[in-house]
Amino acid sequence: MAKNIFYRSLMHIALTLSALFCLLPFLLLVAGSLTSEREIALSGYTFFPKELNLTAYEYLWRNSDQILRAYGITVFVTVVGTAAGLLITAMLAYPISRRDFPIRRQLAFYVFFTLLFNGGLVPTYMLYTTVFDIKNTLAALIVPYLLVNGFFVILMRTFFTSSIPGEVIESAYMDGAGEFLIFWRIVMPLSVPVLATVGLFVSIGYWNDWFNGLIFITDSKLYSIQNMLNRMLLDIEFMKRATQTNLTSVIADLPSRGMRMAVAVVGVLPIIAAYPFFQKYFVKGLTVGAVKG
Amino acid sequence: MTVRAERTARILKKYGALFIMTIPGVLYLFINNYLPMFGIVIAFKDYNFAKGILGSDWSGLKNFEYLFKTNDAYVILRNTILYNAVFIVFNTAAAVGLALMLYEVKNKILARTYQSLVLLPYLISMVIVGYLVLAFLNVENGFVNKSILPLLGMEPISWYNEPKYWPFILVIVKLWNSVGSLCVIYLAAMLGIDREYYEAATLDGANKGQQIFHITLPLITPVIIIMTLLAIGKILYADFGLFYQVPLDSGILQPTTNVIDTYVYRALIRLGDIGMSSAAGVFQSIVGFALVIVSNYIVRRIDPDKALF
Repeated sequence: MAKNIFYRSLMHIALTLSALFCLLPFLLLVAGSLTSEREIALSGYTFFPKELNLTAYEYLWRNSDQILRAYGITVFVTVVGTAAGLLITAMLAYPISRRDFPIRRQLAFYVFFTLLFNGGLVPTYMLYTTVFDIKNTLAALIVPYLLVNGFFVILMRTFFTSSIPGEVIESAYMDGAGEFLIFWRIVMPLSVPVLATVGLFVSIGYWNDWFNGLIFITDSKLYSIQNMLNRMLLDIEFMKRATQTNLTSVIADLPSRGMRMAVAVVGVLPIIAAYPFFQKYFVKGLTVGAVKG
Repeated sequence: MTVRAERTARILKKYGALFIMTIPGVLYLFINNYLPMFGIVIAFKDYNFAKGILGSDWSGLKNFEYLFKTNDAYVILRNTILYNAVFIVFNTAAAVGLALMLYEVKNKILARTYQSLVLLPYLISMVIVGYLVLAFLNVENGFVNKSILPLLGMEPISWYNEPKYWPFILVIVKLWNSVGSLCVIYLAAMLGIDREYYEAATLDGANKGQQIFHITLPLITPVIIIMTLLAIGKILYADFGLFYQVPLDSGILQPTTNVIDTYVYRALIRLGDIGMSSAAGVFQSIVGFALVIVSNYIVRRIDPDKALF
């Protein structure tokens, strides 16, 4: 028995260390953003600054135009992309799920094949930039790669097949309801669980995406928050310019070391704040996705 | 009207609405996925902006010859495969270990807290990860150089200028980033094991260690094998964000941080070298496709339910 308790404590210590290993970088980021410029220069980013200092945040607050704009773009792209993506995905998945639909097998293969093989970055980039001229448009942040994923189509198809009774659709059809009406008024309301799961993953995908912005956007007015953070990370001069909207402030005063951490905190805060609310669905989605498409 | 045409008309009348419903999705996948597949021909052409993709002259395998003559080809292939192989080993071992421990935590709230925390790094973008790593490794103000190395009596290290440290850094960052998601999958597999096995084992006097090695691990081995095979199928695809954002796109670090995906990106966007970038990309697509097919074939032999097709 004593041996058992010993092992249990050892296990909890190991788990606590693992959890700390995952959490500590975030704490360092937050602590770094709250440390004064002088202290960072002297003793670097630390977990326990001697005194809490809000200069970096005050500075960001006073020069928040660019950041707010980037947030606006991220929110717009996430909302529009997720709504459109969910609708298109469901509209493709539903007919494939119908056992009587004539070309369901061919369509299922058409969707599935996109998961096995892809043309890669070069043809995709050239197609979108030369044929569709998508560079420096909001569409570039919404359409390429992220809008519809074959994997989610298959996931929804499986849900429709297993969870929507054929008799319900049949009887609505007998009552004279059209296919669109059945889809919208019967299938969609019955599919809230799968719509929520897919919607969560699609929206996290949009919120966190920086790749489309990296290859398609050069105009900093169209930067999403991730692209703005990306530029600031790789190019400290850009950060100084972007946070220098009122010309009266002197660039030498810029709390650039603390600010680098503060912008990252501002960028990551919303998703961490929302995490407790969607954690359950997130875990469920991860396991559903792994088991079977 | 012939019988055949009549039948087609009847089907169209009955299923017309369903056909229309599929149009946006079918069109999107055609543009976003199928057209680029045909775009693979670019790799076999001497691309000329004025002539366009279809008008450019064929060049056979010249682009591939040039690519494989460079030292870059060796470096990116080696890095991509080695890193992914090491990631598979470390992440699987850590995730299974973590899942075994989480499985034993009976307190629901505590179990959920542990799980949420290890999943947290998976939720954020690689850009943020770049910032987090910078807070540790910054040459002048980083936590490692300012707080840890002085404790050990060591001189500061210029992390972002020394390629030799990056294999270790990237393996740790990848582990940190993705162990949670893998752990959730293995934990789900463990929770699916029938409790009766354990009850019977306890009656027979088996201790915890014996139960782990003779019940839990053997029963989740198929899942481990399948996850590993699927990962091997994707071994030519690197995590672009990890290799681009975390080393801060540093040129000096490229000997140990350049992978196929970063090479294609830089050749295309920075240098505008369509020939080299498309050759590397097409190599990745075609060999990657073959690997997916082979690994899926093996998965199907083990457990048809877990196979992709």
